[in-house]
Amino acid sequence: METTDSIASSSAPEFDQWAKMKASLVSLMGIVGIPVLGVGLFLVLWSAGADRIDTSLGKFPGPAAVWEQFGALAEEHRTERDKEGAFYERQEKRNADRVAKDPDYVPKIRAYTGKETFLDQIGTSLLTVMSGFFLAAVLAIPLGIAIGLSPALNTAVNPIVQLFKPVSPLAWLPLVTMVVSALYTTPEPAVPKAFINSMVTVTLCCLWPMVINTAFGVSTIPSDLVNVSKVLRLPALAHVRKIVLPAAIPMIFTGMRLSLGIAWMVLIAAEMLAQNPGLGKFVWDEFQNGSSNSLSRIMAAVLVIGFIGFLLDRGMLQIQRYLSWDKSTATR
Amino acid sequence: MTAKLNISKIDMEFPTPKGSFCALKEFDLKIREGEFVSLIGHSGCGKSTVLNVVAGLYQATTGGVILNGKEVDEPGPERAVVFQNHSLLPWLSAYENVALAVDQVFGKRSPNPKSKAEKKEWIEHNLHLVHMDHAMHKRPDEISGGMKQRVGIARALAMQPEILLMDEPFGALDALTRSHMQDSLMEIQAELNNTVIMITHDVDEAVLLSDRIVMMTNGPAATIGEILPVDIDRPRDRIALASDSHYNELRSAVLKFLYEKQRKVEDIGTARPSESDTPAIEPAKEPREVA
Repeated sequence: METTDSIASSSAPEFDQWAKMKASLVSLMGIVGIPVLGVGLFLVLWSAGADRIDTSLGKFPGPAAVWEQFGALAEEHRTERDKEGAFYERQEKRNADRVAKDPDYVPKIRAYTGKETFLDQIGTSLLTVMSGFFLAAVLAIPLGIAIGLSPALNTAVNPIVQLFKPVSPLAWLPLVTMVVSALYTTPEPAVPKAFINSMVTVTLCCLWPMVINTAFGVSTIPSDLVNVSKVLRLPALAHVRKIVLPAAIPMIFTGMRLSLGIAWMVLIAAEMLAQNPGLGKFVWDEFQNGSSNSLSRIMAAVLVIGFIGFLLDRGMLQIQRYLSWDKSTATR
Repeated sequence: MTAKLNISKIDMEFPTPKGSFCALKEFDLKIREGEFVSLIGHSGCGKSTVLNVVAGLYQATTGGVILNGKEVDEPGPERAVVFQNHSLLPWLSAYENVALAVDQVFGKRSPNPKSKAEKKEWIEHNLHLVHMDHAMHKRPDEISGGMKQRVGIARALAMQPEILLMDEPFGALDALTRSHMQDSLMEIQAELNNTVIMITHDVDEAVLLSDRIVMMTNGPAATIGEILPVDIDRPRDRIALASDSHYNELRSAVLKFLYEKQRKVEDIGTARPSESDTPAIEPAKEPREVA
């Protein structure tokens, strides 16, 4: 009896460890293996399909050609930065020489005007989308709260919201361009007009989901919570700050996530047409350029656009997880 | 006897698409200081409507509510409400929920402001009163239903109300938790001598807690059917009372009223047509008690 007992007790933990390792291996395969398999299959289908498509700019790029262009784009960025560094170095030297000859000379510093690299364009696009989105949030959330609190205001504004919500950014852009040119007439603009055009277009398109979701969140606050506020005689501002806003936070975030997704999609289209130096312009320029590398460069941009869109959504989700009290709505 | 609260001949009509619906007709009740009054009646008889009118959340069509000789027609913290489903703000901890009320009632602009330290002490005192000191920094979704209701009561008590209005405060709790909460409430009532109006569906709860039981007739146009004074000495002990003949007489008087005089003839589960188009007065719920 004793011997079997000791065998059982000594082998059990070992067995346990094996089972645990096996289970964690299986779950690791599930988490990593299956997505890797999916991506691999996609790459195979992509390269097989790409080989069969002949365009006027050569074969449709497969994964390998796109990968190559990623390297080329990074290399171009480095070269451009080196050129810029050299330019400023030369300018400084020239100015120093002139000041040495003529002490009264006030040196002029000219900015480098080389072309934007792919990385610069990503930066511009992110800045534009963030500015447009931020402007939309600043307008939409207070408006949504007001609409949610007042059924009369809701009835008044709802037709307008429903009318403008489905409008494509491309329809807004000519109007925005003309209005911005008419109103934004500073002699030395701090930000280029093209930037304002794309930003305002983004704002106009991503305003509506935030307005609608905020208003919905506010109007569906449980009546008991509103009654608590009434019994306490909370003043209007405290009512909004302490009851309405926190209660609507989960819905506000839902609206913000939807809006940010729309903003990113709209931005690319707006940049193409507004010629704002961003990813949209990069795609358009490559299309117009029509070199044998153009398609693979556009495809690289497509992948980057998708990846940044994904990161923006995840980022928003993280902010929601951090700020929202209702963790159940912040899981997807 | 001078009435602390005078509910004076209230009529309540709700407009509906099919014309107005008369929920209450000539509801008239005087309550003295420190009295514990229960409202009992079948679902849809307008108990909650009475409570909401006293709270100021509804305006009576005719008649009015007089508190300490003054008419009240809007909500206020001197008539604190314990809501049926606790109504705690889910993003605040138990402490913060009570603090919201205390900051408002004893804030800088109130007639009797408290300092920061006094407020903290007062919040903790009220949470202690309902035995919630151990979990006061937990959020509502981290505590049980009974605990949530305790915090709801603490929040109402912390307003130092003239009248405490309770809308089926223990209706959503299991039987054991409910009796525990009833005992706590009796303790608090003995200590603070609050004036209380409580809605209940539970005959035992009504007899155990009340000084008077107000039994309401069935709606529409519901009103007071009978008022039963509960002349049992306090403190009351539920186990001793269970075999007390007078307690059982009172209990059967309430049951007789509910199941003989005001028997509801409708089938269980089918809503009355008049109920479907009125504002939510009562949750559709049959009385739990069966004789």
